[in-house]
Amino acid sequence: MKALLSGNEAVARGAYESGVKVAAAYPGTPSTEILQNFAQYEGVYAEWAPNEKVAFEVGIGASMAGVRVLVAMKHVGLNVAADPFMTFAYTGVRGGFLLTSADDPGMHSSQNEQDNRYFARFALIPLLEPSDSQEAKDMVGVGLRLSEQFDTPTMLRLTTRISHAKGVVRLGKIKEVEPKGFTLDLQKYVMIPAYARMRHPLVLKRLEKLRRYAERTPLNRIEWGDRSVGIISGGVAYQYAKEVMPKASFLKLGLTYPLPEAKIREFASQVEVLFVVEELEPFLEEQIRAVGLSVEGKAFFPRLGELSPEVVAEGFRKAGVLKVRRRRSRVPPGAALPRPPIMCPGCPHRSVFFALNRIKGIVMSDIGCYTLSVLPPLQAIHSCICMGASISGAQGVAKAIEKAGVRDDRPVFAVLGDSTFLHSGVTGLMDVAYNKGNVNIIVLDNRTTAMTGGQQHPGTGRTLQGEETFQVDFLKLAEALGIRRVRVVDPYDLKGMTRAFKEEAAVPEPSFIVTNRPCVMLEKFDSSLVYRVDPERCEGCGICLRLGCPAILPGEEIPSKKGKKVRRKVSIDPSLCRGCSVCEQLCKQEAISGPPPRPA
Amino acid sequence: MAKASWEVNNVLIVGVGGQGVILASEILSEVAMRSGFDVKKSEVHGMAQRGGIVSSHVRYGSEVASPLIPQGEVDVLLAFELAEAVRWIGFLSPKGRVIASRQRLVPPIVSTGLASYPEDAESILQRETWAPVLVDAQQLANQLGNPRLVNTILLGVASRLLELPHRTWRRVVSERVPKAYRELNLAAFEQGRGILGSSSVS
Ligand SMILES: Cc1ncc(C[n+]2csc(CCOP(=O)(O)OP(=O)(O)O)c2C)c(N)n1
Repeated sequence: MKALLSGNEAVARGAYESGVKVAAAYPGTPSTEILQNFAQYEGVYAEWAPNEKVAFEVGIGASMAGVRVLVAMKHVGLNVAADPFMTFAYTGVRGGFLLTSADDPGMHSSQNEQDNRYFARFALIPLLEPSDSQEAKDMVGVGLRLSEQFDTPTMLRLTTRISHAKGVVRLGKIKEVEPKGFTLDLQKYVMIPAYARMRHPLVLKRLEKLRRYAERTPLNRIEWGDRSVGIISGGVAYQYAKEVMPKASFLKLGLTYPLPEAKIREFASQVEVLFVVEELEPFLEEQIRAVGLSVEGKAFFPRLGELSPEVVAEGFRKAGVLKVRRRRSRVPPGAALPRPPIMCPGCPHRSVFFALNRIKGIVMSDIGCYTLSVLPPLQAIHSCICMGASISGAQGVAKAIEKAGVRDDRPVFAVLGDSTFLHSGVTGLMDVAYNKGNVNIIVLDNRTTAMTGGQQHPGTGRTLQGEETFQVDFLKLAEALGIRRVRVVDPYDLKGMTRAFKEEAAVPEPSFIVTNRPCVMLEKFDSSLVYRVDPERCEGCGICLRLGCPAILPGEEIPSKKGKKVRRKVSIDPSLCRGCSVCEQLCKQEAISGPPPRPA
Repeated sequence: MAKASWEVNNVLIVGVGGQGVILASEILSEVAMRSGFDVKKSEVHGMAQRGGIVSSHVRYGSEVASPLIPQGEVDVLLAFELAEAVRWIGFLSPKGRVIASRQRLVPPIVSTGLASYPEDAESILQRETWAPVLVDAQQLANQLGNPRLVNTILLGVASRLLELPHRTWRRVVSERVPKAYRELNLAAFEQGRGILGSSSVS
């Protein structure tokens, strides 16, 4: 049977075929669909963990209990899970353990483009890199076998173009793997210094065995062609290189750590010039150079961003081994229209930032849909580093003001989403309470993980596999941590919410504010909620446009005096408006009307 | 070894988040796979989808290497929106054809004065590309009684330029749309397919 599968779907299928029984992840583009797909299979357990560290540790436990495990995350997720990851590399596994890390070269939806291949080398564990969906599926099985054979976690590294590209995949049979059960092995799993010292040499021995495996595995294969150009490549970069240099000789690496040194030497000795084509960092190139071979890579292929057939062709052209006509783009300049991502019409986040702009505080923010508030017209937030950094960052700002002589009388806010708060905001909140920071924390509780497409989390009351479950009570949680000022605000009530922010900003102690409107994507469009503009009354003042709502459109020009700013009457697109009423609350001419929003 | 890229068929489907670009490319890919071809299809999910630019690369042939179509090798550019059609014409091969819906979606950034919509998009397409096919897809869809038929109409137009079996197209289209709308979608597909009379296919 053949099917058209994305790399992520293929990984899920591969895990199912290989008898994986437990899978855990925290969502993150481009990895999210792995668990979403795996969770659909019969007879498996799959969970959204609150963050990647927890997901990884759930995986460790399940492996110790002797079942095969899949753990998935985006590249930056592994930073969060790095602590268990580095030491699990010492203990090794019982049930096969596959970590899938999905990197995002080009930062289509990420805050950095770190190259996670270094993590495998850091931890001294095997690293597999598929070049298409078929390989993604097959390498799951290979990775789990390696994991059990060599007593190591295995890392499968995907990139956006592998995760989200679809290809034809031959489906395999489902393998039943008997669970081995939990056995005691204190010196293997209890990493006190004395036992960890015993494990470390085993890690190095394992690496030597893996090196020998790398020499003989068909995952690393030579494809002889014209020997004037030899290309070493893996992952999606291999496909681009193959596309533009179909006649060259290739050493295609599927196992990219540890490297097969002898095979590389053999290949290098038989080609005239040797290139490495790899996305992001010179991971292969530096290791190949380090064994004394002469090779070209980053001198011709960029270290920044995604590769593409054009970029790779341009590199080979610069290197003098490919003649390509450089096509002049036929697009007339200025014709390309920007379409920056925007918050949806009716998004409950929008008004929060509008209100914060009025208060003029310092706004430490976080990662989620709400980060879009940095763009015009709102431009309301002042930081976004990594998940959870808003609250702890705000604590740092507040302490610098309070204790270190920074003169600033602006109130300090931390703004983050519900999923982000549960991921890694709770510990920051504990710090604020414990160390008495004068920080006002706003949790945007839209009851979903919206940025990544709407996943459940411990605050939604449902699990990944659709079961009903307990729901975190944010206010009680904050109180239990020691915050005395806790309250709920309705973000569709601009006045009430702004007043609440002002009150909390005025009190010199931490406060915890939760918004109570769900993400509009969770609700059906309802045409009876749509607002409209009375063109007779609209004077084109433009205040509603400052919300940056895509449903509010400027239209007919109002004749104005010379030199004055052009004013335009606005209208509301009835196919987009969700009836949040915030624009109506802003309009001084009372030109906007509609039904009051339903109770939250 | 991969085939030289001229043997691979390259279709670039473009539009704006929410227009159904992905579904259209799913249908095309499925038709190509069932017709016995190797297929690759690539697009980016996530941030780019929120009102943003969406482009889906579909490639099929006896063997496909890169999931991205090399610039200058697009055989058919199927655009669900006019400014988006213009954005991608630099990807066309010298003989590549554009099929574009006459729909315009003006992003909010235009209303804030930070960008302007290319009002002359149609004439750019006429001037810069060979025999573009401009389709009043929305109007046709409304005549058929459902504005959501736009995608199927455009796929019908494209099917004329792509040598894939008509029967397979019909089968996949009917499988991929809700049951209640099957007949309507098939009618829309045929309507699209009829727009380019066989004589105008070159
Ligand atoms: C460590 C890490 N894991 C995952 C992600 C991907 N990611 C970005 S924002 C986000 C969650 C957003 O949810 P929430 O905080 O509820 O805000 P919303 O998008 O719903 O407004 C996720 C999972 C990331 N950037 N970093």
